[in-house]
Amino acid sequence: MFYLGEQLLQTCSQRRCSISQVMIHQEADLFSTPEVAIRQRMHDQWQVMQQGIQLSLEKPRTSMGGLIGGEGIKLMHRVHNNTSLCGQVTGKAVAYAMGLLEVNASMGIVVAAPTGGSCGILPGTLKALQETFEWSDDQVVSGLFNAAAIGTIIFHNATVSGAEGGCQAETGSAAAMTASAICELMGATPETSLHAAAIALKNVMGQVCDPVAGLVESPCQKRNGLGAANALISAEMALAGITSIIPFDEVVAAMGEVGRSLPETLRETARGGIAVTPTACRLKKQLADR
Amino acid sequence: MKKLSAFDIIGPVMAGPSSSHTAGALRIALIACRILKEPVVQVDFLLHGSFSDTYKGHGTDRALVAGIMGYPTDHPDIPRALAIASEKKIVYSFETAPLTPSMHPNTVSMTAQGASGRRLSLEGASIGGGEVIITRINGIEVSFTGEYPTLIVQQLDRPGVAAHITSLLAGSSINIGTIRMYRHEKGDAAYTILETDEPVPPELIASIAAHAAISDVFLISFETSSG
Repeated sequence: MFYLGEQLLQTCSQRRCSISQVMIHQEADLFSTPEVAIRQRMHDQWQVMQQGIQLSLEKPRTSMGGLIGGEGIKLMHRVHNNTSLCGQVTGKAVAYAMGLLEVNASMGIVVAAPTGGSCGILPGTLKALQETFEWSDDQVVSGLFNAAAIGTIIFHNATVSGAEGGCQAETGSAAAMTASAICELMGATPETSLHAAAIALKNVMGQVCDPVAGLVESPCQKRNGLGAANALISAEMALAGITSIIPFDEVVAAMGEVGRSLPETLRETARGGIAVTPTACRLKKQLADR
Repeated sequence: MKKLSAFDIIGPVMAGPSSSHTAGALRIALIACRILKEPVVQVDFLLHGSFSDTYKGHGTDRALVAGIMGYPTDHPDIPRALAIASEKKIVYSFETAPLTPSMHPNTVSMTAQGASGRRLSLEGASIGGGEVIITRINGIEVSFTGEYPTLIVQQLDRPGVAAHITSLLAGSSINIGTIRMYRHEKGDAAYTILETDEPVPPELIASIAAHAAISDVFLISFETSSG
């Protein structure tokens, strides 16, 4: 069993297989489940993810606090009109990620990846890339297992909880998982995947969790958009051969340490950061009076 | 260290908005529901830390009530759980309290009463991504996640109980992952909590419960259609 990125890389090289294959083998061993059933379960989750994206693009939804709604649709207009500054892939990835967060914020059905508050980044980005590179669902499912491997390492050595580690632990982890998955799907080595994951985590090191009125809406939705873009640029750097100066395991440990040193006000308590700006306080009061 | 599944990271399939405040909260209450083994008529929730600060906006209240009614994390009626509970004449309340130093930032304690008058108090923490740890049952400190098939044996602290349980499991070729006993004092009420690699069939649970010092046996498992 691997707890560290270093162990994961060793296993990949010993068995001459990909990160996703190591993850699937480990899952089969640990839980005595046939690999075909494991892949099928991830397939089912990928279906739920895609349904969520579809749902978010049909019509704006009413979020719990009413702070967000329709952002994915607005962004897709620019993609469809070919006016997106980000281009097709990033434009779609950001739109899908934000759309999924809207489904989540309206108590719709999503797949935590790794959390509900960061559920848009991994599926949104992989869906945009699938449409561009015409990957099969099987390929995307392999990407999801690669992402899960990165997530388990972060879970073991730091945290994926906003209440423990701030937003870096949620959307940062999601972006790292996604960046790693993209590299494998683009045919790169496991080392490249870990460089991409390390870069993505470093890019948002220290990001606090400061939800307006305590809702998973603002700034969470936009940080899902940012997470999608972060995953894409981090993967792009790694695929270009740019390495993370600091190894993945050290970056994960640093993220955990930064998380622990964040004051409680900046860890999903809505008592610091954006959540205590005058406007956020006014919105919170309006919602309480509603 | 915990055996982490790929589906602990990508998953659960859940009603939003928060894996820790919605799905995790639901799972803690669902464990209480499974332990009580009967419909709940009254439940009082005490929310600590981040739960107490943000529970309404995260739908934590609806998730807890959904869990106590036995709903899985991806049940479509979770947003309506409070209304459904009222229709079923389930009395529920929410209070907030500060964290104690040893508590995880997302902790909930609850007292529930079943239709027969049976009572249960339980405390649990939601530790991220929908993962939970149960930290206290009826005042006794415990620690289990509900991630694996988990047998909770409510018993008196007497010699031979552990041997009785383990020999029955061995007889059915069920491998024990972990086993731990929790008690206040020697000879007093106690819990033996076992995590197994294989599911435990109902007839085996009945055989375990037949021991004179064992008052009840509960099986916790999240294995459902969506996991």
